[in-house]
Amino acid sequence: MTRPPMSQNRREPLQQVKHRRDTALMALAGGIPYAQYLGITFDRRGDELTAVLPYDDKLIGNPMLPALHGGVTSAFLEVTAIVGLSWSYIWEGMETGTLTLEQLQSGDLPRLPKTIDFTVDYLRSGLPRDSYARAKVTRSGRRYASVHAEAWQDNRDRPHAQATGHFLMPDRG
Amino acid sequence: MPSDKPSDKKSFARDFIRAIPHSRELGMKITAVGDGTAEITMGYDKRFVGDPKSGVIHGGAVSALMDTACGAAVISHPDVPGPTATIDLRIEYMRAATPGQMLTARAECYHVTRSVAFVRATTFDEDFARPVATATGTFTVEPK
Repeated sequence: MTRPPMSQNRREPLQQVKHRRDTALMALAGGIPYAQYLGITFDRRGDELTAVLPYDDKLIGNPMLPALHGGVTSAFLEVTAIVGLSWSYIWEGMETGTLTLEQLQSGDLPRLPKTIDFTVDYLRSGLPRDSYARAKVTRSGRRYASVHAEAWQDNRDRPHAQATGHFLMPDRG
Repeated sequence: MPSDKPSDKKSFARDFIRAIPHSRELGMKITAVGDGTAEITMGYDKRFVGDPKSGVIHGGAVSALMDTACGAAVISHPDVPGPTATIDLRIEYMRAATPGQMLTARAECYHVTRSVAFVRATTFDEDFARPVATATGTFTVEPK
């Protein structure tokens, strides 16, 4: 194919661009049952994702304080890291046209990366409030990737947890 | 983690999960507890799957299981007077847990100072010869 990448097609209607990107994001994040179970959603601004974990009583680990369960925070960060990492190569496939809208709609996405290790720093106790998180792919190689993620609640400059993880990339032929 | 120091191991085992809403939500059960050790199980549940194409449980759910097991091991340690919270937890995933199988996490609090408890844990599916994941962590030690 000699056609230019879709992202470089300035005349492509805005709604079509947004529809493609939102469909891809929904197929990706909506395809992880555990993320659905926790209630995690993703806000998208261009290619930047913010994971949102709305507060729910079932997420509590210490009812005396109360505080979120450490496992919830860890899971939230791991979902954020995996979705953030997958999003980086799905975005590339989508914008260069190797991933079609039909594939995205039918949920025919590339496989998810596998976690090798994941280290979480608990900086503050998680309050009974909504949480937000963003992932940064520090390095993404052919086989391995290193991802950093940070979660906060009321104040972006006061994260309640951060994490670093290594991932095995799916086989991409 | 709940702050009530157990009067005996049996009531500790009974009350521990009941006091943690999220662990109860994930269907965790404490199956053994000793001085600084704990074993917790979590049944397979489709809601906790990470990749529907394989049916494998999400790493996050395994983290939640190990965090709970490590916390239980810390507060069951004789030198820990009060509640605890996770400072840091590192998980290593050796292989995918077999879909449909129950997970068992065994945690051991192997050293305690006045302020920090050091813990390690291993998670198995129904094949106890091949661990699914291991964890090492540090937890706070707080006065009662």
